[in-house]
Amino acid sequence: MKVAIINYGMGNLNSVRRSFEEIGADTVIANHPSCLYGVDRIVLPGVGAFAEGMAHLNQGGWVTALNDVVNLQNKPLLGICLGMQMLASKGHEGVETEGLDFISGEVKRIDLIGCNERIPHMGWNEVRYKTKSVMFDSIPDASDFYFVHSYAFVPTNSGNLIATVDYGCELTAIVSSNHVFGCQFHPEKSSKAGRQMLRNFMSYSAC
Amino acid sequence: MLKVRVIPTLLWKDFGLVKGVAFDSWRRVGSILPAVKVYNSRDVDELIVVDITASNERNKPDHETVADFSEECFVPLTVGGGITSLEDVLHLLHSGADKVSINTAAFVNPGIIDSVASRFGAQCIVASIDVRYFDDGGYRCFSHSGSQNTGKGAVEWARELVSRGAGEILLTSINRDGTMQGYDLELTERVAKAVNVPVIASGGAGNYQHMIDVVLQAGASAVAAASIFHFTEQTPAGAKQAMKLAGIPIRQNFISLANI
Repeated sequence: MKVAIINYGMGNLNSVRRSFEEIGADTVIANHPSCLYGVDRIVLPGVGAFAEGMAHLNQGGWVTALNDVVNLQNKPLLGICLGMQMLASKGHEGVETEGLDFISGEVKRIDLIGCNERIPHMGWNEVRYKTKSVMFDSIPDASDFYFVHSYAFVPTNSGNLIATVDYGCELTAIVSSNHVFGCQFHPEKSSKAGRQMLRNFMSYSAC
Repeated sequence: MLKVRVIPTLLWKDFGLVKGVAFDSWRRVGSILPAVKVYNSRDVDELIVVDITASNERNKPDHETVADFSEECFVPLTVGGGITSLEDVLHLLHSGADKVSINTAAFVNPGIIDSVASRFGAQCIVASIDVRYFDDGGYRCFSHSGSQNTGKGAVEWARELVSRGAGEILLTSINRDGTMQGYDLELTERVAKAVNVPVIASGGAGNYQHMIDVVLQAGASAVAAASIFHFTEQTPAGAKQAMKLAGIPIRQNFISLANI
């Protein structure tokens, strides 16, 4: 099973690559959109701002390729942190920016969603399940994962909200729609629970 | 709710893992990379790795070695020692550090905190403060691995670092370092009350009760420790168990449901 990690110039990919290697996945760093056609799974990582991330995806030709492989070829996609937020229809970080629109929703600063705790939300926090998902296989409810973010994904349809995290208000921890998954936390920095979640993503099958 | 973290501190000197007492009498206790692997296999919350000779010997941070550490680190990794410029920070983050710890450079050029915060975000700056207690009741900050008295008061300096954009304070008592006599509760409490960012207590942990006390009595958001893990049978997992029993929110080590 081959997984491509998209290198679009937003942060260090080594931790993500090493985590997939640790679980025995055949891992490639995709430096060009053409790399996405020959793999079984795609990971969109990323740290930074929404508008800058989308600009890099657009300029690098990734958006067209992602639409092809995810929407037409139905390859499972996992977005991590900024990569998860860009799955949304729209981002409101600085300027309003169109997202990949794989999962309907908007990305907003967490204080504008009603969170009055310190920003960024950084540290280990409990992820609570909302609906059943393959992502939770072998992982107990309320397991801790590592978060670092100031913005959060607000999905339009509650059916896409898979798990939440409590930080003065309920924030989205995991979204999914069919074979597209996104987690706000960093599984690659969430030790054994994170690795189990990556394993779950690798073993996902549509039927 | 965010969890109170237990963070092993790994001090690094000429490729060796070392530990001293009161920032002196260093003894070699092993190698860093195997220690990073062991702590990861034991599912710790976070790791801090500090090159203790870098600032004194005017060395640059060794980002190639840091890249080796980060290859084996699947929890947040904070790296310190010898950082003097924005470029140093960039190299360390590219090498896989999640956060950088800045100490001496902030005294020489306080603006480095502002520039790192605006470029990379407050979440990646851990401002480290090494403090010595004086009999007049004062707490003074020291730079260059505890060797130079800066004359700054601990509370005043912590406030300034946070106002410049530090996301966390790593607060080490030089007097207590390596003694295993307990954290300096008064120092920790004064600083934790003065700033609105997490304070990581460091220096003096000798048993689990010390960790419980510095969280419940002094308001620390995390506990860093070294000697207790190097020289005694006590472990980060044991510490978290004891803290949990004392009512402190900690992150439970992961147990796969597949094995139950």
